[in-house]
Amino acid sequence: MTQFLQQIVNGLSIGSIYALIALGYTMVYGIIKLINFAHGDIYMVGAFVGFICISTFKMSVLSAILCAMVFCALLGVAVERLAYKPLRNPTKAGLFATALVMGFILIYLVAKATLELDNLWAGVIALVLSLALGFFVYFTITPKGNPNRIAALITAIGVSFFLEYAMMAIMGPNNRSYPATLGGTATLAGVQITFAQILIFIITLALMLILTFIVQKTKIGRAMRAVSTDADAAALMGVNVDRTISITFAIGSSLAGAAGVLVGIYYNTLNPLMGMTYGLKAFIAAVFGGIGIIPGAMLGGFAIGITETMVAGYWSSLFKDAIVYIILIVILILKPSGLLGKNVREKV
Amino acid sequence: MSMLEIKGLSVHYGMIHAVKDLSMQVNAGEIVALIGANGAGKSTLLKTISGLLPKTSGSITTLEQDITHSSPVKIVGLGVIHVPEGRRVFSGLSVLENLQMGAYSKKDKSAIKESLAEVFAHFPILQERLSQDAATLSGGEQQMLAIGRALMAKPKLLLLDEPSMGLAPILVKEIFSIITSIHESGTTVLLVEQNARMALSIADRGYVMETGRLVLQGTGKELAESAQVQKVYLGG
Repeated sequence: MTQFLQQIVNGLSIGSIYALIALGYTMVYGIIKLINFAHGDIYMVGAFVGFICISTFKMSVLSAILCAMVFCALLGVAVERLAYKPLRNPTKAGLFATALVMGFILIYLVAKATLELDNLWAGVIALVLSLALGFFVYFTITPKGNPNRIAALITAIGVSFFLEYAMMAIMGPNNRSYPATLGGTATLAGVQITFAQILIFIITLALMLILTFIVQKTKIGRAMRAVSTDADAAALMGVNVDRTISITFAIGSSLAGAAGVLVGIYYNTLNPLMGMTYGLKAFIAAVFGGIGIIPGAMLGGFAIGITETMVAGYWSSLFKDAIVYIILIVILILKPSGLLGKNVREKV
Repeated sequence: MSMLEIKGLSVHYGMIHAVKDLSMQVNAGEIVALIGANGAGKSTLLKTISGLLPKTSGSITTLEQDITHSSPVKIVGLGVIHVPEGRRVFSGLSVLENLQMGAYSKKDKSAIKESLAEVFAHFPILQERLSQDAATLSGGEQQMLAIGRALMAKPKLLLLDEPSMGLAPILVKEIFSIITSIHESGTTVLLVEQNARMALSIADRGYVMETGRLVLQGTGKELAESAQVQKVYLGG
């Protein structure tokens, strides 16, 4: 019994973190039907921001969490504005900018590697060619709105790699460990609860309450829900749809930022690729609960966390990742819309 | 004074040239019907007026303000409110929340309360359903909610797209009498309908649209009596 309760406690703490990340996946999916594969990496960035705040700036855990949340909110909005929005409402100027920037980077790298030029010459050649490419695209291609969702999905994967390897370039590829900030354990009826776990739990609950309040009770939350059911109809109410989408990204990303710091405190370790595993598991949690449904993400996060620790505790920790993917397969077969999902009716 | 003035408007909807060099006018205080068959471009025209679709050429003005290139947010702010085809109420939001969404562009809380009371005066049934999910309403109630939601924005010009669609005849009558009373309380109405008989019976003037062009115009009575309209749209 004690072991069972112990696993529940452990499962709830890791589950809180999955739930926080899953909320971002689910909110973004709810509003623009995009699986934001970069979301796990936003969480990774949050972990690093928290790490820098605590180890370099000697900030307290709470202010580090706050910093990470603000930073990730801004990063999430930047990703949305620069990577996803141009796909929704493409403009000729946007095409020009994309061709120019991407062309410059690629041509510069190729020129350096194959022609063995120095930086200046490679830069000049890249600038000239990418400008030519930009103008060529500007005058030949007419952008069309409403592209298919695959384009956005692939872009999200690109953003994910960009964030991972940018972080690797800045912080190096090695594991780093969080300075020990919260020692101490409480024992309750034989069950050990660390202060870190208590903190994780309190912060997660507080953030979920705030989120629920925003989504259910405020004007902006109402607008978010309206845009997610019918963006055009919401626009006809005078809702600025793009701004509402940005706010959704900001909120979802800030939750991921908080989760990043919490996981750093819990597991003491972080690296630039940590967003992959946690992101994927949180994504599965979102699907499990019903993607696009906020309470579903909370439920899914806790369920995945508890299952994982139970399997690790009673069976073998070798299977703790496998079980999560098995859950994904089972839920996709039995109830693809997720636990709380409704079967979507086709509109006639 | 003209509430809505469209000059030489062309709209492409994907590859389709949906609205071709169209000019029309709605004067303040009028109720104008726009009738035509399925696919004539009526809904496209309304979506273009409310800023959801980009224009190829031409201009649109409301109350002397050019809105040709304005965003839906700005157009709503000017009092041009569009009730879209198929009601499009927000499912998952309660009836009250749907109505609050209608007043999204309004800041004055007491004014919003007054609008809410006015909506309940027009649609008492909505008051009984206040906390219900909008998706659980019947078709007629959803149409009432869609119109009520638009009234929350205090429209100067109300664009109604097929309010009678899919409703039983008795409900169609009710909706039309409500539209008349909204009009009488001082709102200008542009009414798009396939139910030409009903639309022309309450309209001051009407336009007939065919494959993106206006082919006929006149007072509601003239159109209802015209041989061409009778043959094509009134079934006899």
